[in-house]
Amino acid sequence: MSITIRIPTQLRALTGNNSEVVVTGATVGEALSGLESAHPGIGERIFDETGKVRRFVNVFLSEEDVRFLNGLDTPVNDGQVISIVPAVAGGSY
Amino acid sequence: MINQELKCRECSRHFPLQALAVCDYCFGPLEVTYDYGEIAKLDLKNRIEAGPRSIWRYADLLPVECETPIDLGAGFTPLVRAERLGAQLGLSDLWIKNDTLNPTGSFKDRVVSVALTAARGLGFKVAACASTGNLANSVAAHGAFAGMDSVVFIPKDLEKPKILGTAIYGANVVAIDGNYDDVNRLCTELAGEMPTWAFVNVNIRTYYAEGSKTLAFEIAEQLGWSAPDHVVVPIASGSQLTKVHKGFLEMQKVGLINEKPIRISGAQAQGCAPVANAFADGSDFIRPVKPNTIAKSLAIGNPADGWYALEVVKNTGGSIGAVSDSEIVDAIELLARTEGIFAETAGGVTIATLAKLAKESKILPDERVVALVTGHGLKTLDCVSDRVGISTTIEPRLESFLEALEKGQVKLGSASGASS
Repeated sequence: MSITIRIPTQLRALTGNNSEVVVTGATVGEALSGLESAHPGIGERIFDETGKVRRFVNVFLSEEDVRFLNGLDTPVNDGQVISIVPAVAGGSY
Repeated sequence: MINQELKCRECSRHFPLQALAVCDYCFGPLEVTYDYGEIAKLDLKNRIEAGPRSIWRYADLLPVECETPIDLGAGFTPLVRAERLGAQLGLSDLWIKNDTLNPTGSFKDRVVSVALTAARGLGFKVAACASTGNLANSVAAHGAFAGMDSVVFIPKDLEKPKILGTAIYGANVVAIDGNYDDVNRLCTELAGEMPTWAFVNVNIRTYYAEGSKTLAFEIAEQLGWSAPDHVVVPIASGSQLTKVHKGFLEMQKVGLINEKPIRISGAQAQGCAPVANAFADGSDFIRPVKPNTIAKSLAIGNPADGWYALEVVKNTGGSIGAVSDSEIVDAIELLARTEGIFAETAGGVTIATLAKLAKESKILPDERVVALVTGHGLKTLDCVSDRVGISTTIEPRLESFLEALEKGQVKLGSASGASS
């Protein structure tokens, strides 16, 4: 399955300045592993030591946060887009 | 200035003080760290007591050089013993931190004064923010005082007093067709595009948030350099609660107060209770919600520091309560009638939660409790306008008044402390 991953500005130094990377995989987790294989070093920026997505990194499948879906096990369809979006702190009180 | 630096709360990487919004490795939020050993060597109590009657008396524990802070007089607000309210709630040692008495009527003046002072030092030119109203008031006022242009972004359905109370200072007020979380996302994008704009709660957040520590510093100083047993704090993003806790810990580290356990509890409105929900479910994941509450200043559905607030509450043995809109208005009335303090809806959330936690014995009757009342009631008049008003309208004649009294249109004896 061919999946497009959108790369945030902060991580583009690791993807040769590409804003999108095409990978293969049947789940969100497999697609992100494919990204690490293609661009070694990017995985540790997205995952913590236990292999979970870092708390301040959001992964969206289409427009939905994968935490609301089935996390890294969420199945992906051919042509879908995964976006990696750093959660920048905001809020007031 | 004694050495300070930025440290990532997630991966512990260190950075020198700079305009960095989040950790550039793992995107975690940054925390200012201080050399507490060196600060403890200062004659701190005297330095503080000789300082201005504002947050800047605690400059040694704030993240800016403060030769000329942008100081409109934020902080050093009264800590009042609330005997009448305490009697009603069954709490024998209750105190209210009355932060309605800040220059623009809310605790936001504390964080904005720190944020803009730091921002000016870092070379920013324009004061900006994403706001539910109180922050907008404060950024506009401090911007005017500092001679900085200001641009504030708000959800378009805000209460009118908060809009006018911002525009009067000459600020650009940009209303967004969306809720606060939409405004916040837009400001996050804009902060990347506008390198000389200080969005106080986005790209300057690390500095901004430190201002809330001064609530803890003042409470301890006003209690004669001692900590209370329990503090009740409203939660929107969770930053204030987290920083109040940090403030007490810092005072212990530098020897200003003795070490002792301090319980921190949180207050949310049921119409926007992502952190209270996670606490009730025993979950670590804060599920974002779409806010629907009259407590607009707390209406943040996706709280940036929610996880940390939850952690502080759990680690200190506190609790988090959530209250309905009608409980909020009841509590605003109760606080006004018992203590003479008129709070905005966020204060109603705190007092209603205080009452709920006391009733559930999550706050104990003899604990020394401090409740934070963080904004003035004149900002949210609409929510009480159908509850209270003129008692009676009469002719300007003595007999008209006596008649009204006779008919019971003017009632005495209902004050909470009145003798029967």
